[in-house]
Amino acid sequence: MAIVLFRVDERLIHGQVVVGWGTSLHPQLIVVIDDDLAGAPWEQELYCLGLPPQLETRFASVDEARRELPGWQSAPTRIILLTRDVRNMRRLLEDLAGDGVEVNIGGIHFAPGRRAVLPYVYLSDEERDEMARLAEEGVTISARDLPSGRRVDLPQLLGQ
Amino acid sequence: MSEAGVGLRGVVVCHGTLADGYVEAVRQITGIGEEALTALSNRGLSPESMTAALRGAIGDGPGIVFTDMIAGSCGFAARRLCHEREGLAVISGVNLPMLLHFVMHRQEPMEQLVPRILEKGRTAVCCAPGRFEGVEDHGHSAVSR
Repeated sequence: MAIVLFRVDERLIHGQVVVGWGTSLHPQLIVVIDDDLAGAPWEQELYCLGLPPQLETRFASVDEARRELPGWQSAPTRIILLTRDVRNMRRLLEDLAGDGVEVNIGGIHFAPGRRAVLPYVYLSDEERDEMARLAEEGVTISARDLPSGRRVDLPQLLGQ
Repeated sequence: MSEAGVGLRGVVVCHGTLADGYVEAVRQITGIGEEALTALSNRGLSPESMTAALRGAIGDGPGIVFTDMIAGSCGFAARRLCHEREGLAVISGVNLPMLLHFVMHRQEPMEQLVPRILEKGRTAVCCAPGRFEGVEDHGHSAVSR
């Protein structure tokens, strides 16, 4: 599979992704899937600041990404795919995930309505439902901020 | 003067506890208080919370935000805020000499002060022996031998 990491992280492109995961997965392309960012050139430029020149980036809306996903999954390029929330990851993968897709929860921080699960993961009831729906489709979900961190599987994230 | 003698406000924004360390070191050396320089960490903050926390820390007046890196959640929040309103500058790659220069000269107009802070910060990055950076030793020849 050419997509080496599916990750949900509110911060999108940042140090943990580029340095932490980048060092271990050696991605060539980071795809950020976000409807707002896909139409915001200034914000896109911001996210690309400081990236190593050999690392390409692309910003796509969810609909665009759903059309492109099969191509990315079989591309020769090593790709990290990011969404800022669980909802967008579920929208992306619904009916398309296929076998063996694993989603990494990397950073969902405190906000009203969310409860602490891990120091870097806070979840609302809606987000728990979204995760459960993804899991029903055969997607494996776990949390881990960095490759060296402890992996926390879905049942524990959902408090089961 | 930056604003009727009040002086620019500075906020150091870094990963982990780095900003606390910088501000503590500046206070230890200069004795300045929170009105001049405060610290902010990105720990546990979403991008929105980070920007909101920075907005509160810098206040409404003119100021300088110092970040550890250009990119990353700290740098992004600072640049978003700078894009959002006038009177702010973001300086990335913070080091202690630039912070010391800031707190000692924060009464100066931003147009004058910011280039000098950058110069101080860049000059402070050097190596002994100088041959590693292809220059003469920076007065460290006794040490390098």
